Amino acid sequence: MFGFSRIRGGVHPESHKEDSAGKPIVTDLPLPKRLYLPLFQQAGAMALPLVKPGDKVLKGQQLAITGEGLSANLHAPTSGTIIGVEEIIAPHPSGLNSAAIVLESDGEDRWMELPDESDPFQRSPEELASEVERAGIVGLGGAIFPSAIKLRQGRRFEIKTLIINGGECEPYLTTDDQLMRERAAEVVEGARLIQHIIEAYETVIGIEDNKPEAIAAMREAAAPYGKVRVEVVPALYPMGSAKQLIKAITGLEVPAGGRSNDLGVLVHNVATAYAIQQTLRYGKPLISRVLTLAGGSLNEARNVEALFGTPIQHLIDHCGGISSQPARLVMGGPMMGQQLPAATVPVMKGTSGVLALTQKEVNDKTPSNCIRCSRCVQVCPMGLVPLEMAKHAKADNFEEASSYGLRDCILCGSCSYVCPSRIPLVNYFEYAKGEMKQRRVAEHKLAYTQQLTARRSERVEREAEAKRAAKAAKKKRAKAPKAEAASTPEPATTSDTAEKES
Amino acid sequence: MEYVMLLGSTVLVNNIVLAKFLGLCPLMGVSNKLSSAVGMGIATAFVLTLSAFSGWLIETWVLVPLNIEFLRILCFILIIAAIVQFTELVMRKLSPVLHRSLGIFLPLITTNCAVLGVALLNVREKHDLAQSLVYGLGCAIGFTLVMIIFAGIRERLAIADVPETFAGTPVGLVTAGLLSLVFMGFSGML
Amino acid sequence: MFTATLVLTALGFSLGGLLGYAAKLISVGEENSVSDEIEAMLPGSQCGQCGFPGCRPAAEAIASGEADVTCCPPGGRSLVESLADLLGIDINSIGATAAPMLARIDESLCTGCTRCYKVCPTDAIVGATKQIHAVINRACTGCSKCLDACPEDCISLSPEAVDLNSWHWPKPQLV
Repeated sequence: MFGFSRIRGGVHPESHKEDSAGKPIVTDLPLPKRLYLPLFQQAGAMALPLVKPGDKVLKGQQLAITGEGLSANLHAPTSGTIIGVEEIIAPHPSGLNSAAIVLESDGEDRWMELPDESDPFQRSPEELASEVERAGIVGLGGAIFPSAIKLRQGRRFEIKTLIINGGECEPYLTTDDQLMRERAAEVVEGARLIQHIIEAYETVIGIEDNKPEAIAAMREAAAPYGKVRVEVVPALYPMGSAKQLIKAITGLEVPAGGRSNDLGVLVHNVATAYAIQQTLRYGKPLISRVLTLAGGSLNEARNVEALFGTPIQHLIDHCGGISSQPARLVMGGPMMGQQLPAATVPVMKGTSGVLALTQKEVNDKTPSNCIRCSRCVQVCPMGLVPLEMAKHAKADNFEEASSYGLRDCILCGSCSYVCPSRIPLVNYFEYAKGEMKQRRVAEHKLAYTQQLTARRSERVEREAEAKRAAKAAKKKRAKAPKAEAASTPEPATTSDTAEKES
Repeated sequence: MEYVMLLGSTVLVNNIVLAKFLGLCPLMGVSNKLSSAVGMGIATAFVLTLSAFSGWLIETWVLVPLNIEFLRILCFILIIAAIVQFTELVMRKLSPVLHRSLGIFLPLITTNCAVLGVALLNVREKHDLAQSLVYGLGCAIGFTLVMIIFAGIRERLAIADVPETFAGTPVGLVTAGLLSLVFMGFSGML
Repeated sequence: MFTATLVLTALGFSLGGLLGYAAKLISVGEENSVSDEIEAMLPGSQCGQCGFPGCRPAAEAIASGEADVTCCPPGGRSLVESLADLLGIDINSIGATAAPMLARIDESLCTGCTRCYKVCPTDAIVGATKQIHAVINRACTGCSKCLDACPEDCISLSPEAVDLNSWHWPKPQLV
C-alpha cells in the first residue's frame, strides 16, 4: 500500500500547491455589500425561494427549500435584507444567467438563534441525517451531490469502510490540505459522525503523500479513536476521484455502471465532513466554505473561508489583488475546473478554488492530428481508450463511443493533459456525454407524451361512449310512457372538460 | 484433403473478390455498415453456393446431353435470377429491416459477376458435382469474409481524418487495392 | 434450334412455377412489421405535422421510403436517429433536424376560452373557463394544434430555452 500506486494510469501535473499551502486560512474577510445566492448550487433540481423582497433575515436563516427530487436547502450567509430574486451571470462555463437570491448585508452579521451545543453521538442516525439535510449540505469535493441522500443510501447498504477523501490531487488547490492542518479535530469528529450515521465498521482518511503536515495533524487527531485511521496514498492525479481512492485504499474496483455502495464503501470529502460536524455539533447550516485563490495573475495565493454568494472579485480584491490581467478565470482546479464567464460571479457550494491563470499557464495550443501514440490510453485512470472514444464522439457516433466505455469516463482530463497533439479529448467527452444526456431526456419526454396521448384517447373514447349511452337512454325514455319517464332520474351528463392529468 | 485444398485456395489464395476481382459492385456499395455487409455477404453466399450447384446440374444433365452449350450463360442467368428472387422472399420474411437496408443491392445479386463467374468457372475447370459445390462454397465464404473485413475497415475509415478529396469512395477503392495486395500474400501458400 | 427454345421455355416455366409456389408458401402476410415498429416509436399524438393524416399512415410512408425519417418534428433528433438506425440509413447523410418547439401562451391575451386544451393531444395545457391557461413544458410536443384553435392568436411556438441543467458543452472546434 505504501510507496507504489495501485491505481491505473494517472498523471503528475506540476502541483503549484506550495503557493498557497501552509498559509493560514483567511477568515477575517470583510463582508461584501451584496451576496448573490444562485438557486442552482447542487446537483439535481433548483431550490425554491422562501423569502420575498424586503424580508429581513438573520445569518443562518433558511432562504430556499429543496426543490423537486434531488436538491438542497439554502441559508443566509449573513444577516441583512432580501433585495429579490434576480437573474445573474451564473458561475458556469455556459455564461448563461441563473436565478439568484440577492441579499444586502446589514454589516452586523448577526446569527439566528442557534441551538445549544449538544453531543450529536447521543442522537439517532436518522435524526442526524435529517439534520444534515436541513443544513443544505452537499458534497464539497466538487460533485455537489446532496449529502443527506448519500448518507441515507449508505444506511441502506452494509458499509464496511467509510473513506474520507483528503486526496485533493488537483494542482493549485490546497483547501482540504489546509483544512486538515488547521481543523483536524473537527474533521475527524465529522468523519466519526458520518461513520455513526451510516454505521460503518471503520473509517479511513485517505491523504496523498505530498501533504505531510496534514497527515501528521490528522494522525494526531485520529489517534484516540480506534476505528479511524489515516492512510497515506501516493500523490497522483486523479487520486482525489472517489473511484481511484477506493481502489488505492481497499484494492476494490467499482464496477462499470455500479456504485461504491455495492462494494460496501462510501466516500465523503474532508470539507463535507467538516461541514457536517459544524452542523451536528453547533447547529450551523452550510453558509461558507474554504476555497483556494491561486494562479499566476494573483499577487498572493491564499486559502480563504468565504461566505457563499461573495462575488469572486471581492475575494480577489481583499486577498492581495491581481498582478496582471488574468487570461482565464477558472472555478475549481486547472484539470477539471470550469472556466468562469466573469469575475462578478459568486462563490457557490461547489467552488473549491478560483484560479486566475496567466496566458502562460493556460497554455492553449492548436490541436493537430492524432498520431496514435496511445499515451492517453496509458494514463487513463479508468482503463479506457480515449483516442477511439474521441474519434467516435467527433463523428457524432455516440453509441459506438459508449461501447468504448464513455459512460465510465470521469472527465478527469488526464488524456488531454498528456496528449502530444494537444487534442482536447476531454472536451469531446463532455460534448458526447451532454449530447447523450439530451437524447435521453428527449426519449423520456417522447415516452411520456406517448403515454399521455394514449390516456387522452382512452378518455375521449370513454366520454364518447358515455354520451352515446346517454343518448340511447334518452331515446328509450321518450318512447316509454310519460308517467314512467317523469320518475326516471336524469342520466349522468358528461363534462366535456373532464378530468385532467397534470 | 483435396477438397480442403480446394476450399482453402478459393477462400484465400484465389479469393473471388480480391484476386479475381469479381463482384466489386456490392463490395463498394454495401460495405458502409458492418451489419448490412454481413447480411449481404450471407445472402450472396447462399446464392453463390446454390447457383454453383444447380449450374453444374443444368450443365451436365441438360446442356451437354442436348448439345446446346451455347445457351450456357442464358440458362445460368435464369437460374441465378430465380435463386435471387427466392432469397429475397426469404429475407423479407425473416428480416424486413435488413431487406429494406439492402434495398436495390439485393435483387442486384443477379448481376453480381461473382455469381455467374463461379458457375462458369466451374464448367471451365471441369469440376465434378462435389468439387463444384466446394468451389462455390469456398468462393461464397471468401466473398463474405472480404465483405466483413472491408466493412470493418470502412466503418473505421468513416471516422478517420481523410483528406477531403479522398473521402468516401476514393479512399475506399485505395483500401480495396491495399487489401487485394494483402491477399496476394496468400499466393504460393497452398 | 427447336431444342434450345424448348429447353429455355421449360426452364423458365418450371422456375417461375417454383417461385410462385415458394412465394405462397412463405408469404409475408400483413405488409411488413417495419411499419408497426415505426408506429410504436412515433409520438402517437396524430398531430399531422408530417403531412400525413396520423401516425399510422406516417409510419407506413416512412417504412416504404416515401417519407423522410426527419418528417416528425415532435419526435426530435432522438427519434430521427433511432429511425435511421432501424432502417439502416447513414445518420451523417441526414441533415440537421429542427429543434423541438414548445407552445407558450401569452397571458396578457388569453381569455380563458378553453379551446386550446381541448385539442391538445397530450393534455399539456391546463386551465379552466375564464382562467388563464398555461402550458406544461414537460408534456408539450410542439405539435401546433393549439395554435390553430386559439381565437385570440395568443399561442406561439418557440424552441426550448437552454438553462443550466440542459446546457452542455458544444463540440470542440475542428483543427
